[in-house]
Amino acid sequence: MINNKRLRELPLHLMLLPGVLCTLVFSYVPMAGIVMAFQKFVPVKGIFKSEFVGLENFKYMLSLPNIYSVLWNTVFIAVMKIIAGMVFPIIFALLLNEVANDFFKRSVQTIIYLPFFLSWVILGGILIDILSPSSGIVNQFLSYLGIEPIYFLGDSKWFPFTLIISDTWKNFGYNTVIYLAALTGIDPTLYEAAIVDGAGRWKQTLHVTIPGIMSIVILMAVLSLGNVLNAGFEQVYNLYSPQVYSTGDIIDTLVYRIGLVDTQFSLATAIGLFKSIVSFGLIVLSNRLANKYAGYRVF
Amino acid sequence: MAKHVSVSRRIFIFFNYIFLGVTAFICILPMINVLAVSLSSSSAAAAGYVKLWPVDFTLDSYKYALSKPEFVRAFIVSLKRVALGYVINILLCILVAYPLSKSKKMFKWRNFYAWFFIITMLFNGGLIPTYMVVRYLGLRDNILALILPGAVPVYFMILLMNFFRELPQEIEEAAYIDGADYWTSLWKIYIPLSKPALATVTLFIVVGHWNSWFDGLIYMNSMENYPLQSYLQTTVIGVDFNRASLSNLASLAEVSDRTFKAAQVFVGSLPILIVYPFLQPFFIKGLVLGSVKG
Repeated sequence: MINNKRLRELPLHLMLLPGVLCTLVFSYVPMAGIVMAFQKFVPVKGIFKSEFVGLENFKYMLSLPNIYSVLWNTVFIAVMKIIAGMVFPIIFALLLNEVANDFFKRSVQTIIYLPFFLSWVILGGILIDILSPSSGIVNQFLSYLGIEPIYFLGDSKWFPFTLIISDTWKNFGYNTVIYLAALTGIDPTLYEAAIVDGAGRWKQTLHVTIPGIMSIVILMAVLSLGNVLNAGFEQVYNLYSPQVYSTGDIIDTLVYRIGLVDTQFSLATAIGLFKSIVSFGLIVLSNRLANKYAGYRVF
Repeated sequence: MAKHVSVSRRIFIFFNYIFLGVTAFICILPMINVLAVSLSSSSAAAAGYVKLWPVDFTLDSYKYALSKPEFVRAFIVSLKRVALGYVINILLCILVAYPLSKSKKMFKWRNFYAWFFIITMLFNGGLIPTYMVVRYLGLRDNILALILPGAVPVYFMILLMNFFRELPQEIEEAAYIDGADYWTSLWKIYIPLSKPALATVTLFIVVGHWNSWFDGLIYMNSMENYPLQSYLQTTVIGVDFNRASLSNLASLAEVSDRTFKAAQVFVGSLPILIVYPFLQPFFIKGLVLGSVKG
């Protein structure tokens, strides 16, 4: 029926062309630009004439006084966000699943989903206002309880937890909906069988509901492994300040400051490359695991 | 199933409703508070009287924000960005997703192209090399710098591709016998059948463009070209407000700033708040579509 296969496929190539070109220029050319990490890059000399220095930038990176605290902050903040971003939505989804009133259920979902759609600039503006030690509503509430004002954004002790809680808040609705979808997908006959066997509500939750969502919980946990170095640049950038660098500075903000503020392009590229390589390894690993244990495939 | 409901179950249901309601309320409370601040007089806001309802109701902060030409200009840049960015994103998304939804038997190069795009999700050049490319192409201060680097939204492309694959193949085969080529079948069959998926992707692309701020900050030299979110980043967040030092006693000028900043924040999220209730059914659908694929 199809005489010339190549001719038949031609329109498909044409459709892909614009997307391929854009991706080539803006994703693959920058990948080639990674050679900057091994150079002493000077913009006027360009990428072809800058001096090659081998692993010099990486050595320098490891000698930076704050590099280990930055790495620790990144992993700590990211992992805590992953944990909090699973535990609270799962509990909330389990409770929401017990609600019989559809209107109430939908309203709650709509309300908690809203912050997900607002940018960190907007949420940052909101957080700075409500967390202000002098006039913010949170500290007013605390002082009503007799607690001294807490400097959530300016105290390095509190700052990481402010990040973790506000991130959980932003993604709360999104995550809850994922688990809720898994819960509604549980076969109702399983519950009927459990009732016949004399299981009460609590036993049903324990033996039907929780095993029913376990696979998606494991899947989400495994896939989030790829995010262990993503502590959330957009959030941190909008909320941090020099006095919380000790606990709040992360790889991405460090790369930004070294690269675009101090214009040490090569060093910043090297740090960025280090992060990309580790993340890449983690993503590949997590997808392997997800495929093996949950039969998950990206495409 | 009108059965006997035990007392303990009733108590649980009662407290469950309360707990869920209160949690939802706490989630929305920051927004309500800031909205109330933006609608209050600056003295009431400074004194910390404003809780959930405006005190000495006034629209002064909004009038002031909208009378600032920079603010209005940034708003317009954002609208342009969303419109242009959306057209390019959705077009490329469809044009890439369709060929990739074909089986390897029908399209020999399918896997090669698929990996070409997937790799960009797994690995990227990083901030500095990407910045350099945009700079060498002379795209700084050009709105295309905000659109072209993310022209193919790979994640949504995969979502759409999976949706295309689930559509019954027989329709296209029938159309092919009737003389339709790939372009016709994409335009006449696939796109009309994919409205729910396209609506979801549309929502996320539009929200994504509206919310982006970092690219505007680094690729635009002149503040005239800042989209609204980048503008707000520099004016509301960038200027240290309550964060500069522990002993920062807010001066009167800074405090009247508070209602003004709150008003700007609210205007910045207004477009999302307006479309939000209408699009709600789509995003839950789309999310399920994307995430619970075995």
